Amino acid sequence: MSEELIRLENVSCMYGKISALKNLNLTINKGDYIGIIGPNGSGKSTLIKSILGLVKLSEGQIYYLDQVNCKKKLKMGYVPQISDVNRYFPISVLEVVLTGKMDSSIKPFFKYSKKDILDAHRMLSMVGLENQKDRQISELSGGEFQKMMIARSLIMNPDILLLDEPTAMVDVLSQRQILNLIRQLSKEITIILVTHQIQDVMKHVSKLVYLEKNVIAEGDPEEVYKYAYLKPVGKRRKA
Amino acid sequence: MISAIFEYQFLQYAIIAAFMASIVSGLISVIIVEKKLVMMTGGIAHTSYGGVGLSFLVGFQPIIGAFLFSILAALGISFINNKLTGIKDIVIAMFWSLGMALGVLFVGMTPGYPPNIQSYLFGNILSVTGFDLILMAVLTVIVVLVIVIFFQDWKAHLFDQEFTKVLRKKTTVMENILLVLLAITVVVLIRVVGIILVIALLSVPAATSSLLTSKLHLRMIYSALFSLFFILTGLFISYLTDYSSGAIIVFVGIITYVLVWWAKIRSAKSMIRKVRASNG
Repeated sequence: MSEELIRLENVSCMYGKISALKNLNLTINKGDYIGIIGPNGSGKSTLIKSILGLVKLSEGQIYYLDQVNCKKKLKMGYVPQISDVNRYFPISVLEVVLTGKMDSSIKPFFKYSKKDILDAHRMLSMVGLENQKDRQISELSGGEFQKMMIARSLIMNPDILLLDEPTAMVDVLSQRQILNLIRQLSKEITIILVTHQIQDVMKHVSKLVYLEKNVIAEGDPEEVYKYAYLKPVGKRRKA
Repeated sequence: MISAIFEYQFLQYAIIAAFMASIVSGLISVIIVEKKLVMMTGGIAHTSYGGVGLSFLVGFQPIIGAFLFSILAALGISFINNKLTGIKDIVIAMFWSLGMALGVLFVGMTPGYPPNIQSYLFGNILSVTGFDLILMAVLTVIVVLVIVIFFQDWKAHLFDQEFTKVLRKKTTVMENILLVLLAITVVVLIRVVGIILVIALLSVPAATSSLLTSKLHLRMIYSALFSLFFILTGLFISYLTDYSSGAIIVFVGIITYVLVWWAKIRSAKSMIRKVRASNG
């Protein structure tokens, strides 16, 4: 039986008076490659942010390695939506990747070690940006930007990688490259991928989750896809 | 003017104040522009007028009153915004107008002749006092040390605050420290350009330097140099013409921005022409 990494029990999240997640239950096991799909506003990003501890839960609990609300037990890599980050901030590609080497402490005159820099080069090479390390991020294309963000997460050596629409606002070729890269990574790291590219990831994910504030359907990707998108709305039952 | 600098203490004070104001505005204006905190800065600056008014009524140094009200405004706006998300603009507007209203009321309630509040509203670098200089020096050292010592953490925080939260850094503490630095900067700059014009010195130098470099530390250095140029030029023209130094500093800053922007566009166009010519 697979080792359980994260378990969400009756998780609810509110933004003011608006409910983003409602009584959501989900288990993430080691080695899972889970695709999260659903319409806009269905709580996909909130689900990722609640796992990362970026939003407060109004109800429910999240267990990390079977311990409640103990995020520090897991190393979690995060690739946010491209629109959530200041793409024109004056910082180089290498510097962004290196921020993944930081820890929770705030150290005076902090300097990255030689090993950190070598690791950053290795990660950039893995995502195909080895020649871009000194470029400013404002000069990158959408695809290059997202590859850089993946490299930043990978340098953390994460137990789980959470990606929020990494192929949004990216050209078709880069979309394929990014999805291929994620597929390769899924052989070694547990992955949660929020995406609208359902057709492209369906063959590769181990589980598909259809969300509409809570889990409407989860399991075999083909079944969930058919249930979510091919059945008339009125005939849907919770799967 | 050079001989006058050696002769008059008020000019010496003004030049020392210009250097300190340039350093803080250089560092903080880049952060303000990147974090999109310009309106927040306006709110803090205008709230500080309440402190200036209170100091006249109660009888203590106006810059201390401005300092206390600025800190309260920075932390108050942040606290309310965190509790009631999505109404930041409204909270800023309320603090902005409340600070000004309190200032007007306190000045009105002050017995005797109305105090000279003009230099706090529009700045007058030539009227900086010895006490102002000491406070400005202490605040400048605090701002420089906090930014320089923790530069890498600030860089990560400013680029992607959510990610630093994922790294379990104390982002709320960092955000509050940033707001306190912002309030301190406003106080340092009030005597130079005044409450109403302070936004200019906290946005124009950073905006101008962003036209020239894409590196954070260089932006801060260029921004400080631009700020020094704006203030010293404003001071020089003000000394010669007797017009308000604050207004001239802002005017010089905005003209410089437009000129640098125009030069950049021209250089980009000429580069395109050269590339086209070399390609036949």
